[in-house]
Amino acid sequence: MTDQSPFVDIRHAQKSFGTLEVLKDISLQVQQGEIVAIIGPSGSGKSTLLRAINDLDPLTGGEVWLEDMQVNKALPHRQYEAHINKVRQQIGMVFQHFNLFPHLTVRGNITLAPRMLKGLSAEEADKLAEEQLAHVGLSDRIDYYPSQLSGGQKQRVAIARALAMQPKVMLFDEATSALDPELVEEVNLVMKRLAEAHMTMIIVTHEMGFAESVCDRVLFMDEGVVVEEGPPSVIFHNPQNERTRNFLRKHLADNNG
Amino acid sequence: MDFELMLRIYPFFLEAAWVTIQLSILTTILGLICGTLGAAARLSRFATLRFTGAAYVSIIRGTPALIQLFILYFGGPQVGIQLDAFEAGVIGLGVNIGAYMTETMRGAIISVDKGQREAARTLGMSQFQAFRRVILPQALRLMIRPLGVNINALIKGTALVAAISVVELTYTAQRYIGSTYKPFEMFLLSGVLYMVIIYVTGKGIAYLDQKVRLQ
Ligand SMILES: Nc1ncnc2c1ncn2[C@@H]1O[C@H](COP(=O)(O)OP(=O)(O)O)[C@@H](O)[C@H]1O
Ligand SMILES: [Mg+2]
Repeated sequence: MTDQSPFVDIRHAQKSFGTLEVLKDISLQVQQGEIVAIIGPSGSGKSTLLRAINDLDPLTGGEVWLEDMQVNKALPHRQYEAHINKVRQQIGMVFQHFNLFPHLTVRGNITLAPRMLKGLSAEEADKLAEEQLAHVGLSDRIDYYPSQLSGGQKQRVAIARALAMQPKVMLFDEATSALDPELVEEVNLVMKRLAEAHMTMIIVTHEMGFAESVCDRVLFMDEGVVVEEGPPSVIFHNPQNERTRNFLRKHLADNNG
Repeated sequence: MDFELMLRIYPFFLEAAWVTIQLSILTTILGLICGTLGAAARLSRFATLRFTGAAYVSIIRGTPALIQLFILYFGGPQVGIQLDAFEAGVIGLGVNIGAYMTETMRGAIISVDKGQREAARTLGMSQFQAFRRVILPQALRLMIRPLGVNINALIKGTALVAAISVVELTYTAQRYIGSTYKPFEMFLLSGVLYMVIIYVTGKGIAYLDQKVRLQ
């Protein structure tokens, strides 16, 4: 598809918590199938921007669009609720701390939303759970509880849970930051496969190597603005902005020291 | 110690224990109802309800339960509320413990990790759906033990209704002291029966907690 209009369109996003301005007029267009990484120091507003896309942290200014639908529409409470629940079904999100439902098995975690929201029967939902688990390589864990899984397995289940809703876009907020180093790769692999399947993804990450190998475009954020953006080859190997260079140098030093 | 007297008189105490048990059960039920409504009010998105819930909790917790019982039982008729002693006991104690249960339930609900709500909402669930299918099942598990503490307090609190002459364990002890002049034996009998009731209840709650506990 050579669709010219952006799939996800963030226009002049502005966000303040009280007097603290966290996002300062950020615009970001993501095309269908595009994979965008957002990097930057802690506190720069990466999560806030990501969470604005499904209105989990509503913006104080600007607009978010998914295809031809405005996500953060101003509507009366009840209408807004109905609207946002529909929109969120189309936007998958993966959290740093997995947020699996501990009282449900892996099967329950994956089937809950499709059954409630898409009216799938128990059999249909089961089949869906089996498919999704096969994708993330955890078919044999379907009847386990989250507490019986490793961190990497939990995150793979969380990804399967999000994918079971057949979202148009996937948002990842430091999906591997809470994992022991040896468990990072299995999650990265799942994300790489999604990339190969042309899932539209916006990925907040501290893993520059991963971002470089998977993403089409990288945004460097600092203090609520996009300081620099471009293809990974430029951002990682030939950054134009001083702040980007400083960040990458410091990041490299921290990770080697 | 007069064992012979105790053996002779204990059947009357068993009857009284049954009254205490009935009081405890009905009070627990009413308390859970008040607690559920109270917690719902405290967590409502409407300010008036939040205020009402908070007022209920602070009034009840800010005054002695005995005064609440007296107002209801002795003061009630003045404003047209006619209750017998047992009814007044159940309602007074139930509304009282309900305020504590309000805080217990609210505490359990808000202590469910906020990431749970976020994950549910992100999948597209409504606030109500997220609450019912994700938050509440976890909160219920978290509240069993602290509700057990409330119920333990409630059972001991039933002794207060002796003051409005409900013939339960404490009142019965006092009554037989009048004719036997053996306060030690009489209160001991009551105390032992309270302990049995509390012990069994505690075991039940621990079992329930164990049964539904998240691994
Ligand atoms: N709910 C909130 N209330 C107040 N301040 C917040 C809230 N969430 C985030 N912030 C602040 O916004 C800034 C950006 O946070 P965040 O988007 O989480 O940064 P990042 O993900 O890049 O580390 C930080 O200074 C953080 O303290
Ligand atoms: Mg963050």
